[in-house]
Amino acid sequence: MSEATLTAVEISAGVRSGSLKAADILEQHLDRITAREGEVHAFNLVLADEARAAAAAIDDLVAAGNDPGPLAGVPIALKDNMCTRGVPTTCSSKILDGWKPPYNATVVDRLGAAGAITVGKTNLDEFAMGSSTENSAFGPTRNPLDLTRVPGGSSGGSAAAVAAGFASVSLGSDTGGSIRQPAALCGVVGVKPTYGYVSRYGLVAFASSLDQIGPFTTTVEDSALLLDVIGGHDPMDSTSIPDAHPSLVDAIAQGVEGLRVGRITDLPDGADPDVAERLEAAFDALRAAGATIVDVQVPAFGYGLTAYYLIAPSEASSNLARYDGVRYGLRVDAPDTNAMYGATRAAGFGEEVQRRIMLGTYALSAGYYDAYYGKALKVRRLIADDFDRAYTKADVLLTPTAPTVAFPFGSKTDNPLAMYLCDVYTIPTNLAGHPGMSVPYGTGADGLPVGVQVLAGTLGEPTMFRAAAALERSMSEASAVGRASASEPDDDGVRGRSPRGEGSLS
Amino acid sequence: MTSIMNPTPGNVYTAGPATGNEVLIDGYELVVGLEVHVELATATKLFSASANNFGDEPNTNIDPVTLGLPGALPVLNRHAVELAMRIGTALNCTIQPCVFHRKNYFYPDMPKAYQISQYDQPLNVNGYLDLPGGKRIGVERAHLEEDTGKSTHFGGTGGRIHGSDYSLIDFNRAGVPLVEIVSRPDIRTPEEAREYVSELRAILLAVGASDAKMEEGSMRCDANVSVHKPGEPYGTRCEIKNVNSIRSLGRAIEYEARRQIDMIEAGEVVRQETRHWDENDSRTHTLRTKEDADDYRYFLEPDLVPLAPSAEWIKAVADAMPLLPTERRSRLAAATGALADGEAVMVVVERGQDDYVLDVAAAGGDAARALIYVKEAFAPQADGTAVDVPAADVAALTKLETSGAITATQAKTILAEIVANGGGDAAAIAKAKGFEAMASGDLEAIVDQVIADNAEAWTKYVGGDDKTMGFLVGAAMKASKGKADGKLVTAMLQSKRST
Amino acid sequence: MGVSARITAADVAKVAKLARLDLAPEAIERTTAQLAGMLEHFADIDALDLGAVEPMTQPYPLQNVFREDIVLTGLDREEVLAAAPAAEDGRFRVPPILGLDG
Repeated sequence: MSEATLTAVEISAGVRSGSLKAADILEQHLDRITAREGEVHAFNLVLADEARAAAAAIDDLVAAGNDPGPLAGVPIALKDNMCTRGVPTTCSSKILDGWKPPYNATVVDRLGAAGAITVGKTNLDEFAMGSSTENSAFGPTRNPLDLTRVPGGSSGGSAAAVAAGFASVSLGSDTGGSIRQPAALCGVVGVKPTYGYVSRYGLVAFASSLDQIGPFTTTVEDSALLLDVIGGHDPMDSTSIPDAHPSLVDAIAQGVEGLRVGRITDLPDGADPDVAERLEAAFDALRAAGATIVDVQVPAFGYGLTAYYLIAPSEASSNLARYDGVRYGLRVDAPDTNAMYGATRAAGFGEEVQRRIMLGTYALSAGYYDAYYGKALKVRRLIADDFDRAYTKADVLLTPTAPTVAFPFGSKTDNPLAMYLCDVYTIPTNLAGHPGMSVPYGTGADGLPVGVQVLAGTLGEPTMFRAAAALERSMSEASAVGRASASEPDDDGVRGRSPRGEGSLS
Repeated sequence: MTSIMNPTPGNVYTAGPATGNEVLIDGYELVVGLEVHVELATATKLFSASANNFGDEPNTNIDPVTLGLPGALPVLNRHAVELAMRIGTALNCTIQPCVFHRKNYFYPDMPKAYQISQYDQPLNVNGYLDLPGGKRIGVERAHLEEDTGKSTHFGGTGGRIHGSDYSLIDFNRAGVPLVEIVSRPDIRTPEEAREYVSELRAILLAVGASDAKMEEGSMRCDANVSVHKPGEPYGTRCEIKNVNSIRSLGRAIEYEARRQIDMIEAGEVVRQETRHWDENDSRTHTLRTKEDADDYRYFLEPDLVPLAPSAEWIKAVADAMPLLPTERRSRLAAATGALADGEAVMVVVERGQDDYVLDVAAAGGDAARALIYVKEAFAPQADGTAVDVPAADVAALTKLETSGAITATQAKTILAEIVANGGGDAAAIAKAKGFEAMASGDLEAIVDQVIADNAEAWTKYVGGDDKTMGFLVGAAMKASKGKADGKLVTAMLQSKRST
Repeated sequence: MGVSARITAADVAKVAKLARLDLAPEAIERTTAQLAGMLEHFADIDALDLGAVEPMTQPYPLQNVFREDIVLTGLDREEVLAAAPAAEDGRFRVPPILGLDG
């Protein structure tokens, strides 16, 4: 088996045992970055020297008989909205261009303590607002599987980095689907955990009651490993769940015999036929593996988009008010402070960010609160209650992740609403605070990847991962014939998948 | 239900009918509500672990939360809640489950461009504070919120913003825990306002919630002032800020009341606005009008979770309450027979010497005399050192005086010596000084002699000139070499005059 | 009031001021049109009967989360001021503070 397609689980096992060198694993990833980063632009910043030093240190630790941790030597990319001490953290915005945080996000500390190697900070839609990474102030990221198409967003860079083999795993953030949707468009696994599962301390806030950090990986097991490492209570985050979480790696092994998988019969229309076909295949696979398919309803599901686009911009308008040119970041000089605010923020924020700040400010303002933000919070309750009812009949739910495969650049930028619809299937999960993950499940139009979304109730990760693992197994069984030719990158630079990964891409 | 986002401006209070008992200024009644911000005496800030210290080098007590860095999150300081609950308990409030809101506005000393505060569901509600004279001032609420940083202005005159070239911001104070105590508009005179703040300060010190130093900014008072004619609706109120002492508070309220009355009398309309008190020219000046005020867009703070103090915690705070000033004054008044709001009781309690007076009584002394002795002779020295005398010594002295063995004047002399020496045997000192009270026959002989020797003065006194009595008493004291009891001399002169 | 009440350019100008975003007149016009379109779409929730529904503000119900009152090491002032747009005398420097609520 080529080392190029090792999973994180395999890498860390190999490095810890001494059979693999972290330095070698890193070099392979850096070689792929050298080869293709120019055209993909997954990164805002590649940290080659720092990564080499870290890898050498890991190898030294192992040589001295010490254990670097469960992610020993695993190259990881971090979405550039997670604070990394002394390393620029820009949120792909001009207003934070060059800003170096004086502290680490909690997840960054946990990754470091586990022996992971940060290879770079990845590109995103500015301040995590978008579904295509076209809103980055530093240029878009291109889908490694088709450079004319978007990787999805807002964590497009992190998704692309894993899809292109620049990193073994990466972290993104998901407020309305920003991990799951790009995961689907890039053909990788992407997970948003239960709200409060992973600490938000050091994650630059977009919408505080919706944001969560989660992994992009090539396998379900790798995502489980990542969450086992970064998840768990953090005293620095008041909203972080106090109780310890059971290991997800351990949960995966269980099959889906007797699992109740829900089909949401009143799900909003909008998925392309190729996407709908893959979803059906997924239901068939789980049924074949012993699960029971049940019909459920989530009547308020379709109102999620509206509730989200009133709640998230409202919270964002407040979270982004701190970017005022006083203490850090961009400052546009002016004769007085008030003028400085207006000029700095107009120059520093891109159009989508400004639009959402305006929408959110409006929705919260005197006279409008009841009609907008106040009402949206009630719709949120309806959605959560509907899901709770559905979860009395089903253990997990299955939906498409995104309505279409990756779309061409510029095809949705004229109409913000068209872009917002990309998240129609992912948003309600954030509103309810539930976990959700996208599992690559074959290809659709133009041979582009399609993701299937597995949803579960609060702290339903173990069940969710069981179902996802079963889907993954069914996919690799189905693509056994194409496996041999998919283990090396082909002429197009399209990354092959290991036996545990997604199905054929060619 | 009215949405919290469209609140009635401030609180709605309606004026009642005229009672005829109002204190009036040119026919107008003054209506004052006070908002007092108090910095809590915690070791760390409200939402982060930076030190809460006054006077440290600028920007040395900072962390990601204090500076509002991207990615920072607040976590609530348990001890700050404890102190806020003590304040609520001491002010007779109901402590209730509560939440935090964001108050959104831009200002350079506000690192997040929002302040985490409490809006429609605060920790302490519906309390009261009784003034020493007995009047009850309602306390609407006392809630938790974080303080801002401090800006200093350069280039203008007197450090004001107006005309300045630039400002420098220190974030040491940003995030320091505050409790904002809002009174109902029950105050009717500048004196009541001063008493309210003094009493509040004493309460804060008693429960250990704050050092409440106005000069250091750990207690800040804003006054809402309006005037109206009794029986008519309340007038438009103005908020007065920048009052830096209790004395200034009284002066600012007086000035503002006068300003509003003059305007109304001249047919002008009082604008609802915030005004700044200038200590230098003793006037209030417009700071900003209501029209310029921001829309704060309050919404629930999503980074925090609700605060619901348990019944056990609430009870523990109540059980641990120390005696509050009102209770101390009542207790001392009952023990000494003095008035609870009389000067002696007020001063002695304020100094924290009431326990001592009771100790003297417990040691067998006369409580009423002890009260006077402590008030007169136990003021702390200029350098702050307290007087330290064994209670038994003072007790013995009071008994000497009340038994008539020595005069009041003699007791005063002995007391001064006891205080200076940190103690002493009163009887022995009296003997050493040759003090002993005179037999009344001897006293009368001296008084008669004084009358005989000072005929002119005596004639004036008999004719009604009370001022000459002082001279006559002085002469008697001299003649008796200080042994005469001045009060008895006075009584004797008065009785001789009337016969 | 329903979500569909029309947003005007005057509303947008007021909101831009509240949010401290200097918008050119064309930008205000464009934003007004976009927001109006969005709010029209979001009017779908006006059809819901929300009278008896409690707002949901917390995805995971927690209460009484505290930290103890113990000082922990903070940030280094020099590192922080080095990242500031303007600093002087150990403090952050800003232009004159005019036209703001204090």
